[in-house]
Amino acid sequence: MINSSSDSVKKLNSINRRMFITGSLKFFIMVGIISRLFFLQVKENKKYLTLSDKNRIREWKLAPVRGEFHDYFGNVIAGNFEAYQLHVIPEQVDDFRYVIYRIKDLLELSDKEFKKILKKKSQIKPWETLIVSDNLSWQKFSKINNHLYDLNGVKPVISISRNYPFKENFTHLIGYVSQANQTDIENTEVIKKNFVPGLKVGKVGLEKSFEKKLIGSNDIERYEVNAYGRRISQLEFQKGEKGKNLRLTIDTELQKLANELLKDQAGSICVMDIYTGDLIAMHSSPSFDPNLFVFGISKDDWQLIRNDPMKPLVNKTLQGNYSPGSTIKPIVALSALENGIINTNFTVQCRGHRHPLELYGQTYHCWKKEGHGFMNLRNAMKQSCDIYFYEIARKLGVDKLSETAKKFGLGKEVFGDLFSIEKSGLIPNTQWKKNALGQGWLLGETIITGIGQGYIQTTPIQLCLMTAQIGNGGHKIYPRIVINDENKVAPIDKFSPLYTNSKNIKIVQDAMFASTNEVRGTSYKSRIDDLKYQFAGKTGTAQVKKITARDRELDLKTFEIPYEERDHALYVAYGPYKNPRYALSVIVEHGGSGSATAAPMATKLFKLVIDRHKMRQSINDKKYLEI
Amino acid sequence: MYQHTRLTTNRLNFFQKFRNYDYILLFCILLLGFISLATMYSTDGGEILFHTKSHFTKLVVFTIMMLIMSFINIKYWFSIGYLSYLAVIGLLVATYLFGITSSGSQRWINLYFINLQPSELMKIVIILCLAKYFHRMKLENVNSIYTILTSLIIIMLPMGLVIVQPDLGTSLLIAISGIAVLWFAGINHKYFIYTMLGFVISLPFIIAFLKPYQKLRVLTFLNPDRDPLGAGYQIIQSKIAVGSGGIFGKGFLKGTQSYLEFLPEKHTDFIFTLFSEEFGFVGSALLLVIYVIIIYRIVAIGANCRSYFAKIFCYSFGAAIFVFITINMSMVLGLLPIVGSPLPIMSYGGSSMLATMIGFGIVMSARVHNQQLIA
Repeated sequence: MINSSSDSVKKLNSINRRMFITGSLKFFIMVGIISRLFFLQVKENKKYLTLSDKNRIREWKLAPVRGEFHDYFGNVIAGNFEAYQLHVIPEQVDDFRYVIYRIKDLLELSDKEFKKILKKKSQIKPWETLIVSDNLSWQKFSKINNHLYDLNGVKPVISISRNYPFKENFTHLIGYVSQANQTDIENTEVIKKNFVPGLKVGKVGLEKSFEKKLIGSNDIERYEVNAYGRRISQLEFQKGEKGKNLRLTIDTELQKLANELLKDQAGSICVMDIYTGDLIAMHSSPSFDPNLFVFGISKDDWQLIRNDPMKPLVNKTLQGNYSPGSTIKPIVALSALENGIINTNFTVQCRGHRHPLELYGQTYHCWKKEGHGFMNLRNAMKQSCDIYFYEIARKLGVDKLSETAKKFGLGKEVFGDLFSIEKSGLIPNTQWKKNALGQGWLLGETIITGIGQGYIQTTPIQLCLMTAQIGNGGHKIYPRIVINDENKVAPIDKFSPLYTNSKNIKIVQDAMFASTNEVRGTSYKSRIDDLKYQFAGKTGTAQVKKITARDRELDLKTFEIPYEERDHALYVAYGPYKNPRYALSVIVEHGGSGSATAAPMATKLFKLVIDRHKMRQSINDKKYLEI
Repeated sequence: MYQHTRLTTNRLNFFQKFRNYDYILLFCILLLGFISLATMYSTDGGEILFHTKSHFTKLVVFTIMMLIMSFINIKYWFSIGYLSYLAVIGLLVATYLFGITSSGSQRWINLYFINLQPSELMKIVIILCLAKYFHRMKLENVNSIYTILTSLIIIMLPMGLVIVQPDLGTSLLIAISGIAVLWFAGINHKYFIYTMLGFVISLPFIIAFLKPYQKLRVLTFLNPDRDPLGAGYQIIQSKIAVGSGGIFGKGFLKGTQSYLEFLPEKHTDFIFTLFSEEFGFVGSALLLVIYVIIIYRIVAIGANCRSYFAKIFCYSFGAAIFVFITINMSMVLGLLPIVGSPLPIMSYGGSSMLATMIGFGIVMSARVHNQQLIA
């Protein structure tokens, strides 16, 4: 008994000692848990509160409304229209199979389109919106509306989308919008910020250049969602801003005329205000309907555009590098005068194909078989005598010539970085050849540069700018297209003289006048005698391939030569002569001679642009009055 | 000695039993039951749905069972120590043979009126069994090889049966319950230290033998962000819920993490997370205080018992309950890897509640019959 009792005492002592140790341990563990709770709930509370909100609050962005393009007179040339769409939320449909087949019947969907929709459906969650059709015609839209009673869960929706009312007229200028792709999102911050599925962004042209201004900002809806992404309740709606509208200098009527003139031909027309630099028209042909791209272009349409031999996708006004041909002659003449190489009385004899200019065994022919006879500057320009310009180019040298040409805007991008696609053309000189080709300059190359052949290349917009600057008396101007572009600062050297002696400009202007308005002038046939419209110009015919002796013998008519080998027809002009205001350049690819193909277009253009001059001015006046 | 001189009759009448009752402990258990019911109501999204109803029923039935148990003499509980252990072992074997498989592990057995998880019962029954085993043992025999080996077998057998289910978490908790008894029985503390050292040394080998999903849990515990939407999801969401609760919580029925279903397993293992999100630091601390009072009362009852069996049972049960609570909380607070362990009384789950209530019932019985000596 004593034994067992002393044992139980020992046992009691042991168990109580251990209980004490356990109790202390429990205390420390409890303190640990309490401090962990304190750390999470009091110290780190903000962090976890943010994370919890991030969990439960989700934003839905809606596509912003894009800014519009207006022409000079305020007409909408790229606007928004209400697209009729059909949305289905599969979860809200009792019998999806029935409804989708019903829709298929009503919309007369093809099996291919139908399969596409079913595929789309399998990729989304049942409570997400399935866009069955993004651009329905009014007839089909109203048909659906009439049958809504047995289309549970189908929602006819009116959404805002891009529309180009003038179709192919402004395609190369404005460009077009289409669904944003991965590269758009990665490269452009503003697209990344405003991205929503189905967002349409500018792909080329001004739509792309002015993306930042046009895009606007999203409407934002904030919803509370559960762990599976289902919306529980709307917390907030934040209205977005519409993108900025852009007003262009373009006159739609003139643009339409340009499109008409170049119909079925490849080429470009630019018309420019020679004082403000405003582009009145800028068109590249052939063009295509930009509306095709808004909802994604079909494969067939795309192949048609892509495989067209006239290359509608190329903006010839900005991207077309052409030999200027004889349209360079005013610059060659001006350069020679400015550098004191010649005066107005300097004379060269042109003796036709029998006696071409010979240099180191190479022969250089004039275009006229019979020759022009004795030529001074005025006559040489008037009749576009090549021999005369060979001679002065030889005396002048390519370096001096290139200096003058560059001064007048040739050989560099006219719009700077406004259009990413714009080409700079090429005004060669000895230094350039050494750097680019590693060869010395040859005198023969100078000679053909004098008539705008060889390495020299210019874009139609550059030729237009050059002519405008000759037309305004030799003053520097900066072309512009967008009127309300705040980013663009007025350059200080606007209207600074590009000549050393203004007389020289007058001489060239007079020679160009003769070329259009005097008998034997190359564009005499296209002249307008009415002083109101009278213009001065210079034709150009740019060879696409070297003329061989055999060609010269055959002397084929334009239509007898294969299309790709025909000459490009060029024409530059400014007018009215007495009080000049507008300049233009016309280029028709493989159009034959400048005088036959390009110059007649100028006649029509001048008529229209001068007729509309008053109206254009009055818009400005009104604007001042309003202020 | 003192205890011997204060001999009273071993037979108490009904009213005497009532007088002996620990009303603080009873009140705390009922309060906890009420809180768990309210929390369950919140997990059902503020409606009385399946979980709330079922939890209520179990709570009522098992509380009544506990009260009845407390009026049965502690001697009786002593007498069925081995038998109940063998019975639960039998259930575990039955589970192994024809248990119900759910989410990859075979833990439940269909008893026609209830789906029972015998491993939960084993957590308590092993204490009963070992307490009886050590009751009559002389202190000098406690550390004999024979005793240690026998008690280890008693612990290892159910552990093995639970590990094959597979359910590592519960088998570890069974082990902890058993080890708690060994500790209070007075097994030389050197053994505990050696075991601990051995465990630490063999840890790399243990990890090598873990199943891929268990390894993943350990890795996830060490860095939950390695797979935030997969294995780390539970713990990340749980921490967000607790942390966003703040000092006073988001309010009853307003826990966004649970209401919007970001929180996994919110009825069972993560119930504390939901509670903590809605009632904040203050609420959680209060809940902890209730648990601390319960454990304190259990230990106090043990201290006042005359029989060694009742003492060792109360102390071990108190320690086990403490471990269950702390493991569950540490898990949801990101202090331990995710192991399936319910929070006693709070978590939804009949077997766990049954086991806990049995434990409370025996403790209450020990309190009511605290002068009872067991030969």
